[in-house]
Amino acid sequence: MAFDSLTDKLQNVFKKLKSKGRLTEEDVHIAVKDVKMALLEADVNFRVVKQFVKQVEERAVGQDVMNGLNPGQMVIKIVNEELTALMGSDTTEIKFEPGKAITVIMMCGLQGAGKTTTTAKLAGTLKKKGKKSLLVACDVYRPAAVKQLMVCGEKVGVEVFERGLDVKPSEIATEAYEYALKNNFNVVILDTAGRLHVDEDMMNELAEIKDKLNVHQTLLVVDAMTGQDAVNVSGEFNEKVGLDGVILTKLDGDSRGGAALSIKAVTGLPILYVGMGEKLEDLEQFYPERMASRILGMGDVLSLIEKAQNAIDIDEEKEREMASRMKKGKFDYNDYLESMKQMRKMGGLSSMLSMLPGLGLNVKSSDLEGAVDEKQLARTEAIVLSMTKAERENPKLMNPSRKHRIARGAGVDIADVNRFIKQFEQTQKMMKQMKGMMGKKGRFRMPF
Amino acid sequence: MANFFAKLKQGLSKTRSNIVDSIESVFTSHDKIDDDFYEELEEILVMGDVGIHATEEILDELKLAVKKRECRRPDECREYLIDVIKEKMRVTESDYEFLDKPSVVMVIGVNGVGKTTTIGKLAHIYRNKGKSVLIAAADTFRAAASEQLEIWAERAGVDMIGANDGADPSSVIYDAVNAARSRHVDVLLCDTAGRLHNKKNLMNELEKMNRIIDKNYPGVKRENLIVLDATTGQNALNQAREFGEVAPLSGIVLTKMDGTAKGGIAIAIQSELGIPVKFIGVGEGIDDLQEFDSDTFVNALFDVKMEEEDAFA
Repeated sequence: MAFDSLTDKLQNVFKKLKSKGRLTEEDVHIAVKDVKMALLEADVNFRVVKQFVKQVEERAVGQDVMNGLNPGQMVIKIVNEELTALMGSDTTEIKFEPGKAITVIMMCGLQGAGKTTTTAKLAGTLKKKGKKSLLVACDVYRPAAVKQLMVCGEKVGVEVFERGLDVKPSEIATEAYEYALKNNFNVVILDTAGRLHVDEDMMNELAEIKDKLNVHQTLLVVDAMTGQDAVNVSGEFNEKVGLDGVILTKLDGDSRGGAALSIKAVTGLPILYVGMGEKLEDLEQFYPERMASRILGMGDVLSLIEKAQNAIDIDEEKEREMASRMKKGKFDYNDYLESMKQMRKMGGLSSMLSMLPGLGLNVKSSDLEGAVDEKQLARTEAIVLSMTKAERENPKLMNPSRKHRIARGAGVDIADVNRFIKQFEQTQKMMKQMKGMMGKKGRFRMPF
Repeated sequence: MANFFAKLKQGLSKTRSNIVDSIESVFTSHDKIDDDFYEELEEILVMGDVGIHATEEILDELKLAVKKRECRRPDECREYLIDVIKEKMRVTESDYEFLDKPSVVMVIGVNGVGKTTTIGKLAHIYRNKGKSVLIAAADTFRAAASEQLEIWAERAGVDMIGANDGADPSSVIYDAVNAARSRHVDVLLCDTAGRLHNKKNLMNELEKMNRIIDKNYPGVKRENLIVLDATTGQNALNQAREFGEVAPLSGIVLTKMDGTAKGGIAIAIQSELGIPVKFIGVGEGIDDLQEFDSDTFVNALFDVKMEEEDAFA
C-alpha cells in the first residue's frame, strides 16, 4: 500500500463539505488536517508544519470561496499561495565577482549528499556560461574521493587541482587559488569531504578554509530525500560555517522534497540548483513554485484551480446569464456551445474530470479515462456549428431536411445528428425539471 | 553494545548543550496523561522521522495500553511506549545466521547512503569471526567506486573481484559467484551501484544480479541488505518497497546514526514491511558497524532536542 495521494484523500473530505460562500472554521479545520499530514509525509519539519498550518488557518477562515471551487479546493489554493510565498518566487543565481576577479565557491554537506558529483556538474554548467572553473580536491578522507573528482572533472572537461591526501584542506585551497590566479581561471570550486554537522573538528576545518581564503559562496549540498533532520543540518552548517545557498540533489527520485521547505524556513537561504540525475549535465535551475506543488503532492488540483480561476474571471458574466436562463427553463444550442467552450478552457472534459476531486464522483479518476471521448465532443461541436443562428436559438425548428443539411455541413452521418438532437432534448427536459431545484447561487454544470 | 552506546553518546555530546537528557524529561515534565502529553510524544516521534502514519499507530497502541491498565501518570506509561516500539523493532537470533553460514550478501540502496563503506565494515566483521571473505565490486558505474572499495578491501585484508568502469555489473557478479564457489570462501559480499528506486532500467539490472546469484549458487544462504541513510525521511519507505520488489530484502543497515538524525523511518519500514534493522553505522572507522539493539535505538529516539519552540521565523 502506498500512501494515498492527497488528491484522493481530499476527494473524500470534500464530499462532506457542503458550505458555500465563505470558509467556515470547520471547513478549514478539516481540510487543513489533511494538508498537515501531506506536509509531514513530504518530510517538512514538524515545527515548520505546525507554524505554517496555523498561518494558513488564520488566513483562510472567513474567506470567500471562489466560484468554480469547492471549500476544500479553496483551502488548497490558499495553502499553495502561502507555500509558494514561503519558498520564494524568484529563481536565484550564484553571485559572481565582477569582471575577471575569481569567484571562490565552497561545497559542503553531509556524507553521501552528492557533493563530488554536484561539484563537477556545477563546473560543467558554468563552463556553458563561458566561465573557466578549477575544481579543487579538498576531500582527503574518503577513500578514492580525489580519484572520483578527477574522473568527473575529465568528463566535463574541467581541470582538477589536487595535492594528494597529506596536505591540509585549507592549504590545498589556498594553493589552488594561487594556481587559478596564474592560469586565468574565473571560478574556483572546492569539493570538501562529507561531514556531520555535529563533528566539531570537521566543522572547524571548513571555518579554517574560510579564514585562510576569501570564499565568496559557500553552498550546502542536501539530499532531497532528507527527513526531519534537514533543519538541524542546515542550521548547524549555517551557524558554524556560514552559507550562501543550497543545492538540492537526487530530485529525480520520487521524494516529495519537503526538506527544501524546512531549510528555506529555518535558514532563509535560496535554493540555487537541483540535481536531476547521474549524468553530469543533469543540474537544473531551481523553480520555487514547482517545488511548492511537489511538496503538496497535488499539482493536478492546483492546475485545475488555476484554470478555473482563468476561465471564471473572463466568463463570470456569461455564466450568470446562463444560470438565469436555465432557471427559467430555457436552454438552447447556444448555451450548449458556450458550456462546451468553457470546458475547453479548463483543458477538455477528460482532463478536467481526472483533475477534479470535488465533483462528487464516486469513481476513481483513472476509471474515467476513455469514458469521455474528446473526439466525440469535437464532432458534437461541429454539428452545433453547422446549424443556422435561428436553429441554435430555437431548437424546435429542427426537421429532417435541416438535419440532413447539418449532417453534410458537419461531415457526420445523419444518425449522429439524430442521436445528438435526441440527447439534447433530454438534457433540455432535465433542465426544466431541475428548474425548481436550483438554489439562488446555483451554478451551471453540464449534466453528462 | 556498550561500545555502540558510547559512540552514539559521543556523537550526541557534541551538541550536549542543546540536549536535555533523554526520554525521562518527556515523561516527567507532564503531570497527567492528556492531549498535551500525547501531542508532545507525537512531535518527538515525527521529528525522529517515524512518519505520521506509524506515529499514529504507535500512539493508538499506547492509548489502548494506558486504558487497559488504567495507568494515570505519564511516567507509568513510559514502559508501555518503549514496549510498543520495541515490539515493532524485534530482531531474532536467526536474523544473524548469515554471519556464520556460507552466504552471499548483496548490499543495495540509493546513491550516497554508504553501501561501499558498509561492505568494508562487514568484511571486517567477518574477518574478526575468522571467516574467509570475497568482495564483488559490482558498482561499475560511479567514478572511482571500485578504487574506493579496493581501499576498504585492503583495510579488511580480503580479496576483491572487480572490473573496469562501465563493465556489465552482472558479469562481475557472475564471475564473483563462480570464484566464491571454487575457492570455497565463507562469504561473498556484493557491492552494487547506488540507484534510485524509481529508475526502471537500473532496478531491472539489480533484479538480474539477484537472479544470477540464485541460479549459480543454489543452496547458499542469501542475504539482501538495503542500506538506508538515517537522515532520510519518509522516502525510505518507498525505497524499501521498491528494492524489495526486485530483490527480496532480509534486513536493513541504518547508516550515519552518529549524527542528529534518529532513523525513525526504520520503525515505519519494519512495521509495514516487516524488514528488521540488522546493523547500525555509527562512524567512518572500520569497526563502526554494530549489530542493532532496540533498547539503545528507542532511547536515542527520545534523546530530544528541547530548545527553540520557534524554529520557524
